[in-house]
Amino acid sequence: MPPIQSRVTDTTTDEMALVQAAKAGDVGAFEQLVKRYDRNVFRIAQHITQNREDAEDVTQDAFLKAFENLKGFQEQSKFYTWLVRIAVNEALMKLRRRRTAKTVSLDEDVQTEDDSVPRDVADWSPNPEQLYDQAELKDILQRTIQGLPASFRTVFVLRDVEGLSTEETAEALDLSVPAVKSRLLRARLQLRDRLAKFFRRAKTA
Amino acid sequence: MTCSEFLKELTDYLDGVIDAPTRAELEEHLHWCHNCYVVLSTTQRTIQIYRESHLYELPDNLRDRLRSAIMSKCKSHGAKGDKEKA
Repeated sequence: MPPIQSRVTDTTTDEMALVQAAKAGDVGAFEQLVKRYDRNVFRIAQHITQNREDAEDVTQDAFLKAFENLKGFQEQSKFYTWLVRIAVNEALMKLRRRRTAKTVSLDEDVQTEDDSVPRDVADWSPNPEQLYDQAELKDILQRTIQGLPASFRTVFVLRDVEGLSTEETAEALDLSVPAVKSRLLRARLQLRDRLAKFFRRAKTA
Repeated sequence: MTCSEFLKELTDYLDGVIDAPTRAELEEHLHWCHNCYVVLSTTQRTIQIYRESHLYELPDNLRDRLRSAIMSKCKSHGAKGDKEKA
């Protein structure tokens, strides 16, 4: 069996070949890239916009923009990180249009009172997700993440849901590594605190 | 180590990017601080639940529709570029 490292290298090499072919005008090669990442882009878009139609528009616009600007892609970063950067910008623009009265920016470093101090320190049930049926659980998770500021939600989805590294997240969002870490900590702690009321261990009589 | 110092290091600890002496201090703190132990374990669960929840999956029919819309726009953009070149 080949070592894992060589598989990773193969994927990267294969991806670079697709990017280069697409740059040279091969639409079929670009379609392979769309197939590879459309699910991720849609997920990120819906996490940020919290709206299905907007997520569909963002997915289309992000890929189209990537295609149109492919010649400007320097190949110093991964294609996926570059694509995520485009998708995040498109999603934030949608969100701004929806909330014209409210500014939405990745620079916003929303400092609410003691938002990093855990308030609920009761332990959770051993399998908290089993306390609810699937639809209820989905609803709880969606409503909980919706309540986070967009800048925290975006960092959380890239880092913890999509599994980008801290450095890749920083690159995709044009933030410093310490800024990503600070938002990530607060996003994680706020989500945890909000979920606690649903998942805490029932008191025994 | 105090609880607020523990919290500051929580993200690096969860991500496994912490030096050995700090890790040892954090683990020592966890031995006696039940609150921080709960915060750590429930934060881990939070991340895991979101990661495994598959919120916002792209259904196959929508995926096909989106892909063909994207590709037809790309093709017309490519054709426009060819025309401009000619």
